[in-house]
Amino acid sequence: MPWHILALALKEFRALLRDPRSRIVLIGPPIAQLIVFGYAATFDLNHVPVAIYDEDAGGAGRELIARVAGSPHFEVVARLTREAGIAPLIDDKAVLLVLHLGPRFSADLQRGASAPLQAILDGRNSNTAMLALSYLRTILLDFNRDWAARHGRPAPPAVLQMRAWYNADLDSHWFIIPGIVGLLTLVVTLVVTALSVAREREQGTFDQLLVTPLRPVEILIGKALPGMVIGTLEATFIIVLAVLWFGIPLRGDPGALYAGLSLFLLSAVGIGLMISAIAVTQQQAVLGAFLFLVPAVILSGFATPIANMPEVVQWITYLDPLRYFLIVVRGVFLEGDGYALLLDQYWPMAIIGGLSLATAGWLFRHRMY
Amino acid sequence: MAAAALTLDGVRKGFTRGGRRVSALDGVSIAVRPGRVTGLIGPDGAGKTTLMRLAAGILGPDAGRIEVLGIDVAEDPLAVQSAVGYMPQRFGLYEDLSVQENLDLYADLQGVPRAARRARYDELMRMTGLAPFTRRLAGRLSGGMKQKLGLACTLVRPPRLLLLDEPTVGVDPVSRRELWAIVYAQVREAGMTVLLSTAYLDEAARCAEVILLHQGRVLGQEAPAAFSGPLAGRTFEMRVEGIPARRLQARLADVAGIVDALVAGDRVRIVTAPGFVPDPARLLPDHPEARLQPVPPDFEDAFIARLKDHDGHHRPPPQVTVKVSGSAGDEVIRVEGLERRFGDFRAVKGISFRVRRGEIFGLLGANGAGKTTTFRMLCGLLPASGGELAVAGHDLRRSGAQARARIGYMAQRFSLYANLTVMQNLAFFAAAYGLRRQRRRERLRWALEGFELGAYRDVNAGLLPLGYKQRLAFAAALMHQPEILFLDEPTSGVDPLARREFWARTNALAEAGVTALVTTHFMEEANYCDRLVIMAEGEILAAGRPYEIRQRARTVENPEPTMEDAFIALVQGREAAS
Amino acid sequence: MKKTSDLSRAARGRMRLRGMIRKESIQIMRDPSSIAIAFVLPVVLLFLFGYGVSLDARAIPLGLVIEQPDAATAGLAGAFERSEYFAPRRFGGIQEARQALAERRIDAILWLRNDFARRLLSGGEAPIAVLANGVDANQARITEGYVQGAWLAWLGRYAAAHGRPLAPPVALHHRVWFNAALISRDFLVPGLVAIIMTLIGSMLTAMVVAREWDRGTMEAMMVTPLRIREVIVGKLVPYFVLGMGGMVFTVVLAVYQFDVPLRGSLWALGAASALFMLVALAVGLLISIVSRNQFVAGQIAIVVTFLPAFILSGFIFDIHSMPQAIQILTHVVPARYFVAILQSLFLAGDVWPVYWANMGAMALMLAVLMALVRRKAHKRLE
Repeated sequence: MPWHILALALKEFRALLRDPRSRIVLIGPPIAQLIVFGYAATFDLNHVPVAIYDEDAGGAGRELIARVAGSPHFEVVARLTREAGIAPLIDDKAVLLVLHLGPRFSADLQRGASAPLQAILDGRNSNTAMLALSYLRTILLDFNRDWAARHGRPAPPAVLQMRAWYNADLDSHWFIIPGIVGLLTLVVTLVVTALSVAREREQGTFDQLLVTPLRPVEILIGKALPGMVIGTLEATFIIVLAVLWFGIPLRGDPGALYAGLSLFLLSAVGIGLMISAIAVTQQQAVLGAFLFLVPAVILSGFATPIANMPEVVQWITYLDPLRYFLIVVRGVFLEGDGYALLLDQYWPMAIIGGLSLATAGWLFRHRMY
Repeated sequence: MAAAALTLDGVRKGFTRGGRRVSALDGVSIAVRPGRVTGLIGPDGAGKTTLMRLAAGILGPDAGRIEVLGIDVAEDPLAVQSAVGYMPQRFGLYEDLSVQENLDLYADLQGVPRAARRARYDELMRMTGLAPFTRRLAGRLSGGMKQKLGLACTLVRPPRLLLLDEPTVGVDPVSRRELWAIVYAQVREAGMTVLLSTAYLDEAARCAEVILLHQGRVLGQEAPAAFSGPLAGRTFEMRVEGIPARRLQARLADVAGIVDALVAGDRVRIVTAPGFVPDPARLLPDHPEARLQPVPPDFEDAFIARLKDHDGHHRPPPQVTVKVSGSAGDEVIRVEGLERRFGDFRAVKGISFRVRRGEIFGLLGANGAGKTTTFRMLCGLLPASGGELAVAGHDLRRSGAQARARIGYMAQRFSLYANLTVMQNLAFFAAAYGLRRQRRRERLRWALEGFELGAYRDVNAGLLPLGYKQRLAFAAALMHQPEILFLDEPTSGVDPLARREFWARTNALAEAGVTALVTTHFMEEANYCDRLVIMAEGEILAAGRPYEIRQRARTVENPEPTMEDAFIALVQGREAAS
Repeated sequence: MKKTSDLSRAARGRMRLRGMIRKESIQIMRDPSSIAIAFVLPVVLLFLFGYGVSLDARAIPLGLVIEQPDAATAGLAGAFERSEYFAPRRFGGIQEARQALAERRIDAILWLRNDFARRLLSGGEAPIAVLANGVDANQARITEGYVQGAWLAWLGRYAAAHGRPLAPPVALHHRVWFNAALISRDFLVPGLVAIIMTLIGSMLTAMVVAREWDRGTMEAMMVTPLRIREVIVGKLVPYFVLGMGGMVFTVVLAVYQFDVPLRGSLWALGAASALFMLVALAVGLLISIVSRNQFVAGQIAIVVTFLPAFILSGFIFDIHSMPQAIQILTHVVPARYFVAILQSLFLAGDVWPVYWANMGAMALMLAVLMALVRRKAHKRLE
């Protein structure tokens, strides 16, 4: 690579890293986000507060309640003696779930009838309610099967045997943490590149740069390099933490992951430089980056599946480079994918990267004032 | 005699910069007398702004006592702030508020009763000439108008003490005169006390009293005339037929025993060291006809002499070396019918001029005259809307990198990387211009030594004193030994000593065949130019040699007009015509 | 000079305050980015969350592998084909289906081996194998729930058709209060009000006050009789109005465009929003006082206010599910209290114990923050 482009990249690095403020921006938020996302962002339920309203007090009922209480997902925090006690507990969010065993629960069970178990859930957080219900069903299925076997009741003609591939325990950390590799890399790369030209414009140094013999394409490469390098380092740091600290299995070929990463960084750098070339001040650049980031993250499938979105919105997600990279990173981490399976994710990122860089280069030349 | 309006007694103030404690004021004791204008002068970093802020109660002193209008600032800053008016160096106008809204805000903040406002506004708008623009957003005013509006906001309730921190930096001569007219009117009519800091020594010379600050200490507090008293018999002017004043100045400045040499019109003004008697025959042996004319010392002579006496050493003349191909007199810049439009607004209206090799060519004009726009078009930073331009035969907008390698550019604002060190900045620009190995090392050494930047090589450029920033920017622009230099207001806000150094270097470059295009607000600096044009509202009002332009303003009352007189006459003549 | 002394101290104070408020209001109206954050951002976020983000799976691509099709398997397959939750596709063999799962063309496989019918008829727990892609654990779990539902529905019908009504030992009857259909939009949209108000209150305010330092307007303003509490109140009032405007706008959109129920009383919503707005503004002021620079203020605001409001407030992720240490940490996130109030007010109604407990926590935060602002703000450059 020509010497003066390297000098430009070196200058970019120095300008970034010598300023204690931008050093903090590169290090602080990513670590904070990794911790917060890594631990707090989970859909798995633990210790859901449950209240029991047991009018029956028979042995069978107690056995069922013991199974609920013994599950790590539930924690029995209250016992009720009258029906009027249910509403305040749920209204006040003291419990999420109330299990109601009628007075004839054990008797019904003993005589071979179907004993009703009533569950009342707080639906304010619909996802939590749905998951709690699903945990409860699983406990109940086990209970029913054991009870049927012990008491000679007919088994159901067919039973479900469910198995999850790639993530047998259905631990949602395995889903979220590889996603953070994509998320944080995007945030850091975007902030680094989006500010780079805007800052020079605000400080007047961009003119000084443009009157040197450096060509716009050389300036573009010089400005893109730090973003690529910092993005790669940041991603590597998170990948290492994901494997060593959070224990996420890395099953596929790291080469396929890094191939995807470099294409992803190319598109992130291109978009960042595009924002930077349009913005006049740093504030506009930050705002622009923010306005790109929020939809890009929400529509990427980071937290909620793209398949659940309406068709029109699904079309929009094809413009989002993070969408493709999340499939790559999760595919390599959990599914053990190689190059062949990820080809369909590589080429859209390459196109987005190429187009955005070309646009940024054009803007450099034509937005000099 | 009334009690002092502002007294400082043994005031000290320091700041922590990059881990080091820097002393800004080091035991300052002064008294500013009421009802008159007192000037605060000194080189960059002397502590002028710190003093102003202490007096306004927005900084607290480390030691000592400050009293404003009989109030101890440390005890009751709010009472002080209710009684003084303060205009910071960069007066913070709300740019998204209109002129009227800015005035209303300050009237509200200062508690001016509604009934009294109309009359006060009318008076201020009349004085500042802003009356037609009350509905315009402050951000869309020219630099000079912004300063006038800042002053109007400060004066919306007449303060008893007015603190002005370099109110005229970056303001053109016409606006400058208007600003002073307003200030002096306040002193005359309302008996206001004014303390102002300035880098323009002609402004300081008009003050009733001047305080000279240097490195945080007071070097003197006297009437301006008293400052120049000790210089009697040490100031001369010299003019030699056949030697341009610029070249003569360069020769005289090198002579031991001459403290200061300055181009003044087509003459050179010199200040000699005490006891040194200049002999024209020995100064210029090759020009026996040269004569020295004794002249009365002025304030600027005194200022320079006092500082140089204090610093004790005579700076060696800076060395600049360049090699230029081609012969003097070639046409290197050609501008023909150049035009630039921003929407409906025509910033540059079809101007034409030519610059020959080795010339220093000046572009003068009021704020918003189109100088910077012209500059940016010449450097290829802005496409022209119409007309032709060629720099060394190329249109830099279209031609490649090789053509850009032949020019050097110094922007109006300091525009190097503030958080890179001096050395890192220089190394980057050396690389950007493709200098390698031996030549790169040579040029870096040249820059550090020739511009005396060695002591600062590992200091962040943003933390340099203003004069050193300017040197660094100049060094960076010269790194690759360009043939053509574009210097956009290189001396704005820089103290007189640094300005002298700058011109000495530029002169030497021009002597070596470098072509320089310069814009400036300091009209006396236009005398360094070989030729110049004066611009107003995107048009060229006058073009020619400095002498020719000055002659245009010649009248019976003013047989020897200065460049500033000529400039104002031209601009006002144009306004009268339109 | 003579005339100004006519005004009383109080009158001059009122005049200064009015001047500050008017100036700030004009600036808001002239700055497109303030308007964008207050009124355009809510629309964008509402549409993204209202339409784009959904945890409710529909038409899950499910691969059906039926090794020996007959009447029994047709009934089971029919149960999945009729369900609105599934979009089943048939595969000839398990290898083929596994390949499709690996290529992410389907999310789960339902596999009936060739002995399914025989074991079903012999009454011996015929196995239905379900293989789900577990990468997205949450979705996989939801898929499993839907599979269970379809299976149970089929079991019931199968048993009835064969003349022995199904009587599982314990039958679950569930009722979900407040959001019977478990629509995730009804749960996400109320929380958005807190996010939007955090953006206006903390981020915008932090940036605009820092801007006064950056542009040098603060220095000139400091040397006026303006008192520091007038600066604070002068900044608070216009942004308070702007934030409440954004809130009303968001609520109207939520109720009329997205059909989210609003079951609580309006005055309770108004009072809680006002209190939260003050807390958010105090945080914004504090950030700008500490940083005095737009760039730093923006960064701190994102890390300290926006991200926690998003992640740690219970807006998406349930606080119960977080590790103990992080649950404790969420107590210093003001949005946590407001999100709890919002979700209750919208979906449950006026639940006073929830309301007052969270209001109390916010009031306490406001008192602490205001004391900090008052202590940190002074008319000095240092």
